[in-house]
Amino acid sequence: MSRRTLVTVLLVLGVVALFAVPLLLDGGASEYAGADGRATEVIEETGYTPWYESVFSPSGEVESGLFALQAALGGAVLGYVVGRLRGRRAGTTATPTATPTATPATAPEAP
Amino acid sequence: MHIAEGFLPPLHAVGWTVAAAPFVVHGARAVVKEVREHPENTLLLGAAGAFTFVLSAIKLPSVTGSSSHPTGTGAGAVLFRPPVMALLGTVVLLFQALLLAHGGLTTLGANAFAFAVVGPWAGYAAFRLTRACGGGLLPGVFVAFVVADLATYLTTSVQLALAFPDAGSGLAGALAKFLGVFAVTQIPLAIGEGLLGVLLFRVLTVNARPELERLGLLRPVAEPVQGEAR
Repeated sequence: MSRRTLVTVLLVLGVVALFAVPLLLDGGASEYAGADGRATEVIEETGYTPWYESVFSPSGEVESGLFALQAALGGAVLGYVVGRLRGRRAGTTATPTATPTATPATAPEAP
Repeated sequence: MHIAEGFLPPLHAVGWTVAAAPFVVHGARAVVKEVREHPENTLLLGAAGAFTFVLSAIKLPSVTGSSSHPTGTGAGAVLFRPPVMALLGTVVLLFQALLLAHGGLTTLGANAFAFAVVGPWAGYAAFRLTRACGGGLLPGVFVAFVVADLATYLTTSVQLALAFPDAGSGLAGALAKFLGVFAVTQIPLAIGEGLLGVLLFRVLTVNARPELERLGLLRPVAEPVQGEAR
């Protein structure tokens, strides 16, 4: 395994551990309510009542589905871009090695 | 950092909207200018927006037993400078306010100010400072992502403290209360976001080298690609 791959694996493990370890240590004792929701509770304790309601409030199930949709859309675009960039690099690096004599790897011409 | 719909008094809601609006308008012009003058960067601009879109959709558990969102605004701030994120971040918030009942239209200004203005600018400042002190690109990215995340939640705490000062302990007491809700929960999330940012930029430095050189983030090498020991 190259050093670069090792660093990547360690970074990914680091991210996973950061969120998995608290979950495991906790053992299901916490509800993991959103901090945003806790803030509104703190505000409501002061006797404040909101003066405007959301135009559209999905039920809990629909809401988590829409959150998943948001993540999926972003993930799809991100994956598409990285895939295209990677494919482009594979294309540009293949050409100079195929013709080693001429054009000593000038800046790859961007589309 | 999403202040719920109707949870800011009208005066504060209007005030933060007025404060955020010029940044968002300026950001919209920055995006149009970027796309028009450097169409070759559009792909990367999409990636920056998508990164915020993904990260702000995910609710992550934290050591405090509550959960919260990362922000992901550091990517665009480092790549394209903060104004661009003022628009992209606000689009994300609008999506969440309209479809997810997360945040709101009355609090859009305040949320945009924290998420799309202060976060990106603080992250960008931290990035520039790290680079000026001789830090490499990736350490700079890590610091930028962490600071952008934390600064956003600090701003939200300040906004709420200003709107709801504590009856006994005043502004400081209220700030401590809201920081108690947000800050500690956010620390591991911010670190996680920093690591994700490093992962993203490791991919970009290899695969989007021409773009990063054009954006001034990487110095052009005399003989690119050749002899790459990766």
